[in-house]
Amino acid sequence: MAMTEFQTVFGSLKNYEKGDIEIIDDDKKNYTFSNVFEIASKSAPYERVVVGKNLEYVLETIRAEGTSDWYTTSHDEFALVMDGYVELDLVKLDNPETIAPPEKEGAVKLKGDPEGKKMGLIKMKRGHQALLPVGAAYRFRAPDSDAVGVILMQTCKGEESIEKWAEICYT
Amino acid sequence: MAASEVEVSASPVSNETGYRSFELGEFGFARDEYFVYISWTAKGQKLSHTMSADAFLRATMRCVAWGFFYGWLNFDDIFGTQQLYGRVKFYAGRFSPAFHDQGLDHEEIFETPRAMATFKEMLADWTNDGYDPFAAPDETGLSWIGKKNGSNEEAIGREREVCRRMPGLPGDAPLRTDESGRPVNRAFADVPQDQPEVHAEPGFEGEVHAHNLFGYLSRSDVTWNPSVSSIVKQSLFCPTTEEYILPVKHGNDRMEWFIQLSDQIDWEIEDKETGRPRAKVIMKAGDVSIMPADIRHQGFSKKRSMLLVWENGNPDLPAMYEKGELPVNLSGEF
Repeated sequence: MAMTEFQTVFGSLKNYEKGDIEIIDDDKKNYTFSNVFEIASKSAPYERVVVGKNLEYVLETIRAEGTSDWYTTSHDEFALVMDGYVELDLVKLDNPETIAPPEKEGAVKLKGDPEGKKMGLIKMKRGHQALLPVGAAYRFRAPDSDAVGVILMQTCKGEESIEKWAEICYT
Repeated sequence: MAASEVEVSASPVSNETGYRSFELGEFGFARDEYFVYISWTAKGQKLSHTMSADAFLRATMRCVAWGFFYGWLNFDDIFGTQQLYGRVKFYAGRFSPAFHDQGLDHEEIFETPRAMATFKEMLADWTNDGYDPFAAPDETGLSWIGKKNGSNEEAIGREREVCRRMPGLPGDAPLRTDESGRPVNRAFADVPQDQPEVHAEPGFEGEVHAHNLFGYLSRSDVTWNPSVSSIVKQSLFCPTTEEYILPVKHGNDRMEWFIQLSDQIDWEIEDKETGRPRAKVIMKAGDVSIMPADIRHQGFSKKRSMLLVWENGNPDLPAMYEKGELPVNLSGEF
């Protein structure tokens, strides 16, 4: 039997269904199970909520609404838009190591606007992934209040990372 | 030593089925029209295990494509492989209490090139024309059944796609397009293919970069075969498209994270040592979950779905877990 009709189901802030864990001989806490849309629906704009952690590496969920502060890192990061419409501004910092020295991991918030040369602008929708290159400052903009964004960040744990596992996971 | 330089122990072609049989150490492997037979000796007794040839070839294909991956690749409750990084352990009955408790299990360690060469030759010999062990059953049909009938080198010779930083960057892995022979899969025909608008200032064309990851995934021509699509130090995004059943029960040697990007996968979770069922994890779009380091898991995906597997590629992790230096999950954090 050939299957000919398919409908791909993506989640969104307005329409998501969280899965579940059926326990046989285990504990739900062992799975650190959360949902990025549920988290973003309860987050403040640009709060970086950790949804995955493996030693120094983290995944962060961000609710993109309005304009963010500027950030930089001592390493690459990647932003995957899971919902909405998000614009990304990039600036090549004149002196990136004075803000994020090599030994400092994770996103660092800039005090004010970045000093450097404009690198470019990226406009992204659901499924689009952008490189946030080392040495660059970046900010997100979600100008459409009807298309609030949800971003999944691939990065390292840093001073902006917020862990609140008991609030976001099945217990 | 490369796998291609290793001599593989294989029988002449069978007059009855057209297939060759193989030996690796004390393990024997044979196939006929429907089944694969794995044999070994324990306590002076010859033992054997019978599997569907389809299931065996799907699992063997992943061993080859993943380079035996991380941890344990259980073909089923009896036979599997364990990654020892440079070497690989084959086992039969080791994680089946019925065999193990009676001393009837068998384990043997091989240099990886020898194990890889044997599996590659086995795949080449046992894969019939028209059968693709990477494809969903709905796509590849039943040509795995029967006596030997041709081969499908193109299907089993695919290289795993691994980027250095991100696909599409200059000098990095290419994006998938119609022109490069990567059409949208039938199950993702409704996935938007538009690319992000990238406006790079002069001089920054090679650094200002984005692409449609969901579109990229929609053009995957394999199932249960993660590529590597973005890298932060040793943090690896390994997205993959899944349909039908993960051909192995994967027991990892580290914590592994899953992020369900689309649709649904049901994961059956078993104890890594005994195979006893522990839980069923039902993941829907947007869900995030650990696969702890002390379990084995097998996924079931009714519709082709997009799964982001997130790995920490630190090579020191298996030894750290073995010494008990790292927790098997994050439950201690909350």
